[in-house]
Amino acid sequence: MRGYVSQATPRNRRIRDDTGFDLGQFARTLTQVGQAVLVFFIIGYLIWRGAQAMEYNWQWYRIEPFFYRVIDGETIWGPLVRGLVQTLKLAGIAGVIAILIGFATAFARLSSSISGRVIATTYLEAVRNTPLLVQLFLFYFVLAPIFGIDRFWAGVLCLSFFEGSFAAEIIRGGILGVDKGQYEGGDAIGLNKVDKYRFIIIPQSLPLILPPLTGLLISLIKHSAIVSVIAVSELTTAGLNLIADTFMAFEIWFLVAGMYLAVTITLSIGVSLFERTLQKGR
Amino acid sequence: MLDITSKPLVEITGMCKWYGEFSALHDINLSVHEGEKVVVCGPSGSGKSTMIRCINQLEAHQKGTISVNGAEVSPDMKNIEQIRREVGMVFQSFNLFPHMTILDNLTLGPMRNRGVSRADATDLAMHYLERVHIAQQAEKYPPQLSGGQQQRVAIARSLCMKPKVMLFDEPTSALDPEMIAGVLDVMIELAEEGMTMIVVTHEMGFARKVADRVVFMDEGEIIEVAEPEEFFNNPQSDRAQLFLSQLLGH
Ligand SMILES: Nc1ncnc2c1ncn2[C@@H]1O[C@H](COP(=O)(O)OP(=O)(O)OP(=O)(O)O)[C@@H](O)[C@H]1O
Ligand SMILES: [Mg+2]
Repeated sequence: MRGYVSQATPRNRRIRDDTGFDLGQFARTLTQVGQAVLVFFIIGYLIWRGAQAMEYNWQWYRIEPFFYRVIDGETIWGPLVRGLVQTLKLAGIAGVIAILIGFATAFARLSSSISGRVIATTYLEAVRNTPLLVQLFLFYFVLAPIFGIDRFWAGVLCLSFFEGSFAAEIIRGGILGVDKGQYEGGDAIGLNKVDKYRFIIIPQSLPLILPPLTGLLISLIKHSAIVSVIAVSELTTAGLNLIADTFMAFEIWFLVAGMYLAVTITLSIGVSLFERTLQKGR
Repeated sequence: MLDITSKPLVEITGMCKWYGEFSALHDINLSVHEGEKVVVCGPSGSGKSTMIRCINQLEAHQKGTISVNGAEVSPDMKNIEQIRREVGMVFQSFNLFPHMTILDNLTLGPMRNRGVSRADATDLAMHYLERVHIAQQAEKYPPQLSGGQQQRVAIARSLCMKPKVMLFDEPTSALDPEMIAGVLDVMIELAEEGMTMIVVTHEMGFARKVADRVVFMDEGEIIEVAEPEEFFNNPQSDRAQLFLSQLLGH
């Protein structure tokens, strides 16, 4: 073959012609959405038929006052809304404490101090190898009377220590995920230990830590339902109380589950938007 | 010329280092005076990196002494940061902070270690960025630059600490061939201005042009120390002869 020199095409004149509407792709997407809708429809139908066979008396028209009532032009929030607010408060406070515990434990495990490592490891093993329900009873029946804390805070602290153990491993993993060269870069310009973590290591581990940590906050919201066994007034307790009053078990459990779902999905979407803006900032 | 009568800036005597049972460095003795340029070479695994990393205690030695600017450095010392600011270090893999702008990479050390104000640190950073010919990139992030540009930023970052001695660990061996010259030029300029330098490199052109002495290492020991022309043209030890013949590819 003889050699040749081809005419150069500048980048701005290379036209891409496959960016139009792709009918085949659209049809495939449509089919898949259709399949999902069909599955949900079948499940819904089975539940409805089952309830009918039990002669369950659906009373959806009665649910409005569970959320709010308007008396003399004034809105009064119903038990489910008040329960949801308590759940968010419980999970919010426990989340913050869990992250603090997580950082402290992670650094203790990574430190060169033997006592720090022993204490951190003991805490992790103890929390992970005992049932959450037993931990809750320990906090409520043993520690609460000793330290004089009420049931709400017993619940908060129990959840904090439980989730804190998972936060610790997530944070430790994030810190270990930062390249060794970054420590040396910080050392070489004479940063002290605190500055090195503050300016170099932690900022770079956050993108590794944040996604699993949100997963943790979402499971914290779900796990918070367990404090209903010590009668902390949150969403699940509100649901239980309403059922005792109205016997509308099916409607109320669907509502309660739907409310947890709404909160956790909103949180996931919010976080993925946040992550996207983080990446754009790069 | 060099003032050999003065106290050396970096002095290593009888230094040994082990990784567990493995002796990485054995009885290292080396003095580097102010303004002197030393090139360190030797086969892979001979301990070149380990030796210069002991100087600013990125690695701890177990025996012997190392002193920088008259102060002894040791593994258990408290204010190692005060030594490290006198010793600039440039790595093979740059080790820039990818989450910060180039400018922030440069101002962090002076602000946090030397307590320089942000305004002064910025002036300092821009001055050194100009010297390594990348002032226009100050607002970019490291991954947006080419390897050669990143390495020049890394050199500027070290210079911002106003170090007394600069250590280089194979600064050009992670670079594409067309990027190497730019980095070597910056290093040569630095040498001409009188910076004290210890450079691990196999760039013989650079060594010939800049080095006062070449230190040849093998199996964790310093085998031969000589002026560059003498070392490259007429190496004394068998190991250096073997190394050089392999380096030249015959
Ligand atoms: N952290 C470590 N643990 C155990 N052994 C190590 C460690 N770091 C280095 N070594 C060993 O010490 C010896 C010297 O390593 P060093 O990195 O100093 O060599 P080098 O001369 O810089 O080689 P190269 O040209 O490949 O960079 C090698 O045999 C290496 O395997
Ligand atoms: Mg090396």
